[in-house]
Amino acid sequence: MSTDSYTALVNQPLGHRLAQALGLPQPAILRRHRPGAPLVDGPVLVLGGGPAADEAATHLLDWGQDVRRHPAAQDRYGAVVAAFDDVSTPAELSATALELGAVQRQLGGSGRVVTVYQDPEGTPDPAVRAARKGVEGLTRSLAHEMRQGSTANGIILGEGISLGAPGAAGALRFLLSGRSAFVSGQFIPVATDGGATPRDWDRPLAGRVAVVTGAARGIGAAIAETLHRDGATIVGVDVPAAGQGLADVVNALSGSALQLDITAPDAGERILAHCRERHGRMDVVVHNAGITRDRKLANMDADRWDSVIAVNIESQLAMNRAFLAAAGDGVVAAGLRIASLASTSGIAGNAGQTNYAASKAGVIGMVSATAPLMTGGGTINAVAPGFIETEMTAKIPFLTREVARRMNSLSQGGRPVDVAEAVSFLVSDAAGGTSGATLRVCGQGIMGA
Amino acid sequence: MTENPQQQTSSTGTAAIAGGPLRQAVVIGGNRTPFARSHGAYASASNKDLLTAALNGLVARFGLQGERIGEVAAGAVIKHSRDFNLTRESVLGTVLDHSTPAHEVQIACATGMEAIGGLANKIRLGQLDSAIGGGVDSISDAPLVFNDAARSVLMELNRARTVQDRIKAVLRFRPGHLAPEAPGTEEPRTGLSMGEHQARTTHRWGITRQAQDELALASHHHMAAAYDRGFFDDLVTPFGTLTRDNNLRADSTLEKLASLKPAFGRDLGEEATMTAGNSTPLTDGASAVLLGSEDWAAARGLPVLADFVDFETAAVDFVDGQEGLLMAPAYAVARLLQRQGLTLQDFDYYEIHEAFAGTVLATLKAWEDEEFCRERLGLDAPLGPIDRARLNVNGSSLAAGHPFAATGGRITATLAKMLHKKGPGSLGLVSVCAAGGQGIVAILRGR
Repeated sequence: MSTDSYTALVNQPLGHRLAQALGLPQPAILRRHRPGAPLVDGPVLVLGGGPAADEAATHLLDWGQDVRRHPAAQDRYGAVVAAFDDVSTPAELSATALELGAVQRQLGGSGRVVTVYQDPEGTPDPAVRAARKGVEGLTRSLAHEMRQGSTANGIILGEGISLGAPGAAGALRFLLSGRSAFVSGQFIPVATDGGATPRDWDRPLAGRVAVVTGAARGIGAAIAETLHRDGATIVGVDVPAAGQGLADVVNALSGSALQLDITAPDAGERILAHCRERHGRMDVVVHNAGITRDRKLANMDADRWDSVIAVNIESQLAMNRAFLAAAGDGVVAAGLRIASLASTSGIAGNAGQTNYAASKAGVIGMVSATAPLMTGGGTINAVAPGFIETEMTAKIPFLTREVARRMNSLSQGGRPVDVAEAVSFLVSDAAGGTSGATLRVCGQGIMGA
Repeated sequence: MTENPQQQTSSTGTAAIAGGPLRQAVVIGGNRTPFARSHGAYASASNKDLLTAALNGLVARFGLQGERIGEVAAGAVIKHSRDFNLTRESVLGTVLDHSTPAHEVQIACATGMEAIGGLANKIRLGQLDSAIGGGVDSISDAPLVFNDAARSVLMELNRARTVQDRIKAVLRFRPGHLAPEAPGTEEPRTGLSMGEHQARTTHRWGITRQAQDELALASHHHMAAAYDRGFFDDLVTPFGTLTRDNNLRADSTLEKLASLKPAFGRDLGEEATMTAGNSTPLTDGASAVLLGSEDWAAARGLPVLADFVDFETAAVDFVDGQEGLLMAPAYAVARLLQRQGLTLQDFDYYEIHEAFAGTVLATLKAWEDEEFCRERLGLDAPLGPIDRARLNVNGSSLAAGHPFAATGGRITATLAKMLHKKGPGSLGLVSVCAAGGQGIVAILRGR
């Protein structure tokens, strides 16, 4: 599927030496989630003196991890959790930051650094906010310095929320796991103690019915497959013209197919009717369907502009109105979980994509404004993919594609499954403390970073 | 030990066949491929490919993966001898439980109706809880057969025991033996094509060119409008490069249709009226309809669109010219109405298969004709006219095309959906003519 033969090349002995000699990027083969595989490859070192360090250690022990509280020179770590939740002045960053630096070379391939700190916005105190904000800068920069497929991300604890909260535990586990392979330099805010720990971490969506739009191919198909792997029953939705692909995807997952144009005024009602009739419930909605109609704004016509806005954002707003109105009606879960696909183009902008970026930035706005409207512990979040190896990006001219896929801290494009993993996490109870947020899956792409 | 799926019975109470009451057989939904004009979009697809695709689309729509369906019945009018188990082979290519039995049905263009009707009866009797009926045809995948002379040589060669005999057999080969026989639509007993037969019927009933062209135009416009408003969203799953029937001409006009030269009945000279525009082309495609008992549908949260009430087959003697080749449905309808105590005017929708516009119009005219109804149908009074606004309201074969065995499934699923929208108790009449002077008609009732 991937056209990235360079990554394959530099992961062979000769190619590796060649790339090293020439000073070329050396993308690693990323560790990705497999059900039953260990959470982390190797012991997890927990640094920091605040309560989050103890809570992290408790979670890790619960998950059967080999936890170390003090660095040892001979250890090779799978991950490091650095708790900065007790910092109140920038000067206090020093101890843990330097300890973290000292063990960075002891981190194995596809290793993880997870920083934990409190929401800077939660305090009016300039020194405290500066200290907390400082963790962000540290984490982002460290993410740039990571090698061999390793990543650095952060968890932002809301006011009064400890790392012991279910949502914080879920975020920690996601960031440590292979599920977050292509997530780096990002922060997951955990603002409430909502959510729950799944009975089985490999099947967090067991018993759930999940609607995935645009499921016939690409990222949508990967989302459907991943949600199904994680236990969900899939209702695949796509335009009638994509019905053949949709049938193939859905048949492989024992789901049901609904051929539907999501811009139809009654799309939401028809999805609800399908879920009610066939499955008796609807727990998860993934707004993945989207189109591009690229043109520089000077050459843009109404058809291109309007169709992108209609499909990528207006349809989602309309469907969400229908879904929210039905939440808790006995079919739609009271705690409905919605994930919506944004794009790094919507964050950073991209030449030729004014319409697309407007729609995708719109998604980011939509989820933040819809979050307070969610009832019964429901959540809505967005996932913003960066360069992902899909049929669509395979059509980009070779050189442009080659440059685009290297312009991130992992020096490679992500896979559809990387986006799907983030979606699956965000629509699980383990992410119940996070709502209204946008999570980038971009390998810390330099676009809009 | 889990329950043996081969032994599960979902029927409550005693089956009708074992002395219990009859139950309803319901239409749950359908699926078809877009239909393609022959030697075009599906030129490289086989009957098996098409039928498998139609079945898999149905499975996806209704979430039947891994389900053991009571029975699948389908067929193809034109198929390879190697496809003797076409339907079973297609089922094995789907994600249905492979212990789903399947059998072939063949009654020319009415194959799909016979498959569906027979399965519905088994459901009503309690022999089946679920079934899929349908059909497929591909003129693009038609078998080519050695002509009889060549076959005789080859069979002799096959029987030859000695080298001498073999040489003798081989020496009988002539270049002309290489010309294969392609399957046609000629009636074996008259040597006339279906179109030529219909041209005679059309002429006998005095059906005008304009009336035929108007019917064809309405078919195209109705079907295009139905596609545009999403009516076929849950009836059709794209196949290959097609997302809609490629015979469909949304922009057709009476002027364009009027400009076409007669294609059939050219011996009628000036009075020839049948053109390529008001006749269906040879077409490739497949369809499948999901049937079940009410309990089976309810247990799976599946919709119930309509009851399959009854069906009737008729045949006419067309060989001696006493009756038109495609007039059998006129007879079948009379018998079916009588059995069900209904009049021709009791229906909310009429689905009369448009083999040719002339077929539909001659049938309608025959039902209004006192002499025909008295002499041929044995009725005291004509069946009378129908409200033409209720005829083929979402288009029919002139627009969609007509892959012979697939048409019954197309019509049944379309009509069931229309009746469900119309409401409980609404009635629909299906009429499908077939080669060999036969035809099958059916009644569906909305749920």
